[in-house]
Order: sequence, then C-alpha cells, then structure tokens
Amino acid sequence: MSLLSPPAEEQSQTRTGSSRLDAVLRFRELGLVLALVALVAVTTSANSRFLSQQSIRDVLLATAITLLLACGMTMVVLTKGIDLSVGSVLGLSAFGTATLLSEYPSLPWPVAGLVGVALGAACGAVNGVVIAYGRVPALVATLGTLYVFRGIVYFWAGGSRVNAGDLPRDFLDFGTGRLLGVPYLFLIGVLVVLVVGQYLGRYRGGRDLYAIGSSEDAARLAGVAINRRLLQVYVASGALAGLGGVLHAARYGTVDASAGSGLELNVVAAVVVGGVAIFGGSGTVYGAALGALLLTVINNALPVLGIDQFWQRAIVGALIIAAIALDRLVAVRVGRSLRRKDSHVG
Amino acid sequence: MSAEPARTRLSLGRLATWDVGVVIVTVLTIVVAAGAVEHFGTTRNFGFLVLDLAPILLLALPMTLIIVTGEIDLSVASMVGLTSSLMGVLWNNGVPLETIMPVCVLVGAVLGAVNGFLVTGLGLPSLAVTIGTLALYRGLSFVLLGNTAVADFPRDHTAWAIGSIGESWLPNVVIPIVALVAVFVVVLHATPIGRSVYAAGANPTAAAFSGIAVGRLKFWLYVTSGTVAGLVGVFWTLRFSSARADNADGLELTVVAAVLLGGVSIFGGRGTLPGVVAGVVLLASLQNALRLADVSTEALTVVTGSLLIVSVLAPNLTSAIRSAAHRRRRPRPPDEPMHLLSPKRERTAS
Repeated sequence: MSLLSPPAEEQSQTRTGSSRLDAVLRFRELGLVLALVALVAVTTSANSRFLSQQSIRDVLLATAITLLLACGMTMVVLTKGIDLSVGSVLGLSAFGTATLLSEYPSLPWPVAGLVGVALGAACGAVNGVVIAYGRVPALVATLGTLYVFRGIVYFWAGGSRVNAGDLPRDFLDFGTGRLLGVPYLFLIGVLVVLVVGQYLGRYRGGRDLYAIGSSEDAARLAGVAINRRLLQVYVASGALAGLGGVLHAARYGTVDASAGSGLELNVVAAVVVGGVAIFGGSGTVYGAALGALLLTVINNALPVLGIDQFWQRAIVGALIIAAIALDRLVAVRVGRSLRRKDSHVG
Repeated sequence: MSAEPARTRLSLGRLATWDVGVVIVTVLTIVVAAGAVEHFGTTRNFGFLVLDLAPILLLALPMTLIIVTGEIDLSVASMVGLTSSLMGVLWNNGVPLETIMPVCVLVGAVLGAVNGFLVTGLGLPSLAVTIGTLALYRGLSFVLLGNTAVADFPRDHTAWAIGSIGESWLPNVVIPIVALVAVFVVVLHATPIGRSVYAAGANPTAAAFSGIAVGRLKFWLYVTSGTVAGLVGVFWTLRFSSARADNADGLELTVVAAVLLGGVSIFGGRGTLPGVVAGVVLLASLQNALRLADVSTEALTVVTGSLLIVSVLAPNLTSAIRSAAHRRRRPRPPDEPMHLLSPKRERTAS
C-alpha cells in the first residue's frame, strides 16, 4: 500500500513536467530571495537604521506568527482548499489562553499554551468535518467559520480585554525572550516550517496532500483516504493558528477580541506569493515562509521609505493578484513548451 | 470549487422544494417576529428593514448570476467601500454631487471590469482574484480617505436616501430596487442571456460548444457586479451621510450567505432569483428582529456565518442520506473496479 502513493505523485508530476516545474519553483524561491535583498538594500540606503539589530528583531518577531499560519495554509491550499478562518482561530486561541492564564495565575504557562493549541485544533476539526464529510466547499465553510469564531470571541470577551499586567511574568518573558539574539517566537516558527517541510516532502501523509490537490479522483483510485487527510489538514491548520494565538498573547500581553482580525489575507498572500499554487498540488512550505518574510519586510519598510501605512493592505492585494497571474503565465509557458517537446518526440 | 456531477442529477425536484421552503421560512420568521418581538411589526421598522436590506439585495442580484456561472465575487463590499471613499474625496474637492454620483458608478464598473479581465482574460481562479481585489480595493479605499470621515453631504440628497415615497412607509429606495430586481429576473429567467448563464455554470465546455461566449458573459457579469457595487456605494454614503474607508466592511459574507440561502448552488448551474430575494429578506429580517430583541451584534455574525454553512451543508446531507438509502436497497460489493466505470456513483458514495 505504501508503494502506491509515490507513483501517484510521480505520475502527476510527469504530467506537468517534473524537472521543468521544479526548476520554475526553485526560480520562484530564488526570485523571492532576490526581491528581499533588493528591498532591504533600497530601504537601508534610505535609512541605515533599517538594518539595525532592533529593526531586524522586529521583522523576525512579526514574521514568526505569520510563519505558523502560512504552514497550515500551505497544507490546506495544496489540497486545493483554503482556510479563511485562521485569523479568527488565532483570536479565539489568544483570548482563551490569556483569559486562562489571568484567571489561574498558578497554572504553568505551557499547559495554558497546550489548551490554546487544542482550542485551535477543535476549531480546525469543525472546519474539517464540514469540508471533508459535509462536502461543503472550503471557501464557504471557512468564510462562515471566520465570522462564527470571531463572533464567539466577541461574545466571550464582551468588550473586556486581558492586560499584560494580568499575565504571569514568565509567559511574557517567553514572548520577548531571545536565544543568541534570535527571538524564541521566530525559532518556533522556523522549527515548524522545517517540520512541516519535511513532512510534506518525505512522508506519505504529506505526499498524499499533493496527490489530492493534483487530482482528487486519481488520488482516490490510488487508495488515498481523502476525507481523513482533509480532516487532518484542517485540524493541523487550526492547531497551528491556535499556537499562533498563544504566541500572539505572549508577545503582546494585551489581548482583546479583535486579535488577528484580517490576518487571513496576509497569510493567503504569503502563501500565494511564496509559489503555492492556488489550484492545489504544487508548492513548498519554504516558499510560503519566504513569502511571509517578504510581506513583513514590505510592511516594515513602508514607514522607513516614507510611504503611507494605509498602502499596506492595497499592496497585499496587488501581490496576491500579481503572484497568481505570474503562476498562470508560467504554467501556460511550461505547458506550451511541453507540448512542443511531446510533438517533437512523437 | 470542483463541480459535483452527482448533485446536479437530483436538482430539479429539490430546487423547487428549497425555494418554496425558503419563502415559507421567511414568511414564518416575519410573522413570528412580528408577534414575539416588540416594535418589529411596525411600519416604521419595516421602513428601516427595507433600508437595511437594500444594499444586500442589490449586491445579491449580480452575485447570483456570477455564482450560477460557477464563479464568485468576494470583492463587492470592498468596491462599495472604495466608491464611498471616492465620493468623499471628490466632495471634499468641491465636485458637485450630480457629477460625483455617475463617476462613482462608472468607477465601480471599472473595478468590476478589472475583476472580469483577471478572471476571463487571464483565466485566473475567481476565488483568488477576488480575495486579492478584496484586499486591494479596501486598501485603496484607506489610501483615499485614511481614518477620516466625510459627513457634510447636502441635506436634500441624504434626505432622499432615507426618505419615504409620499405619505407611505415605503422608502424611496424601493423604486430602484424593484426596477433592478425586475430587470435581473427578466434577464435571468426569460432571455437567452439567462439561459447561457445557467449553461455556463452547469457545464462550461458544453456551453462553449453550443456557441456561448462564456468568457465574455462572465466578464460582463463582473462589470455588472462592479456597477451595482458603485450604486450601493453611493446609496450607502448618502444613507448614513458618511463616507468612510471601512464602509460595508465584511458585507460580502452577508451577500454570499443570502444568495446561498436562497437556494443557489455554490457549484454553479442552479438557483433562482425569487429564491435569492426570499433569502435576503429572511436574513435581513432575522438580523433586524434579533437586534430589536437586544441580541448582541456578535451573535448576529455567528448566526449569519452558521446560516452560510448550513445552507450548503443541508442539501449535501439530504442528498447523502438519500444516496445512502438508495445503496441500502441495492447493495454493491465494496471494492470492485466499477468505480472506474461510474465515477459519478462513487462520488455520492463517499
């Protein structure tokens, strides 16, 4: 049985031209790195303090949480789905964790953190059941839960908020703490990226996600347990958003019901800019991570370059469109050249 | 959004019952609310109800056609916000309102055309495109107005937006609403354009082979959606006499929820406008009644979000139960290569 999965994947790759597509993807990651370097160079020439230790640390901290959500979103998008509820799940988990810690200060914070992650996973399970077993399109289901989960947080908070003073000291220290100058939160983000990257690249469950996204029917015939995989993916995405919420609470200390509002757009943008195809079946979590980093750097570079902060959202939107348009053009090119090659051979 | 061939087979019978069901539930909701919720049944409140549902209903008209063709437009609320901001900026710069209003509607059409070009010209998935323009248009809206509000619109215009026809309780907006609903109903249900909308959604390839210019059709639907959003932007601004960058934020959820509640299939190919109108009225009266009953706005978003999911989940579950009952009557061996021959049946079985 375990032999069945890799061939299914190889098949779908030869169809789209494995080596060429790989080259294109590597090109995308290289392109992202170049864009990052260029952006940092331009911004630094405008203001040399952009490369100061403090400023770099800000970027890393701000990227950390997006990294987690981007990992979950990558897995979901690979299966041709989408999870628009991540911002709300993050808010729910952040508020839940913070409330728990402020009401039971004697509770060790890792336990509260686990509760936050579990809360996120439960939200993800709701999405997963509705999508995998209820056969509701991911867009509709998660657009619905985006509002349901957010409504629940507002209902729960009732206008109140948790202040940093109510949270245990060691929890907040963890949020701002560093190892060799690198914030803990960023290290966690990188760790998750590496784990998810390995899982997607080398493990059967990960390869199954690519198979589902490439062709659900083919994957089913190849023996992939589609419903179970989809459920797992949304639970994973929810759990990562839950972890993001815990880190959000630790980092900011002050948590109200609006935590993480609108974050889903940034995460979708990071993933799409990072070369994960919105049609499913192609892309890596490393690309998504670079996308997340690029978005944060843009965000932090805007004020330095003297551009109105209000442009940020517009730029996110433009980047999403540019990225999918680019993917499309590349796909058309690759398809055309493959056809030419085929006709030459035949 | 993958097409679900199994579901379309059951469509005709279920379609009628779903439509009728929504209308019945709507009437029941209004009757119960009028009895149970104080002030709900007053003509004054019905006037407010119409004002509240006007933007949702207007946006739901083109959204219905777009979803029937199998696409989606999540950027409608952002287009409303952007035209509203534009209205504020132009007014601040001393442009007369008579010029501003057509300009805003025109800009709405252009925004829709951008969506349409990206979806049909470049062949990009409409979901991703309109998530992108949702962020882009809202962002541009903030670029135009920032966090400020423009509120000094002339009294006579804002009075029209909330005013009533003569002595009746019917707000003035009823006139454009009825006119637009009539146009959309006739176009969708009584013209070749309407037939091609269904054809494009049910099977784009077959539609193309029957001589329907699917791309051009979808492009103009997006332009229509933008134009209507421009109109709504103008109405919204005058009604609240306030142009703000965050006007109508999140309204796309209510619009999509109302359309799906009205029995339109998210997979394209089926749904009717009378059903959608009933869906809008149901959603708006539910929100209105809950608000009057002092239920918090947070609970309202939970209700709207849940209704959105349930309106897709319920028909799926009934069809799953039906096919399960069907299978029990005629059991098949579980592991046969029959799947290869009849992928449709396999779909329903899962």
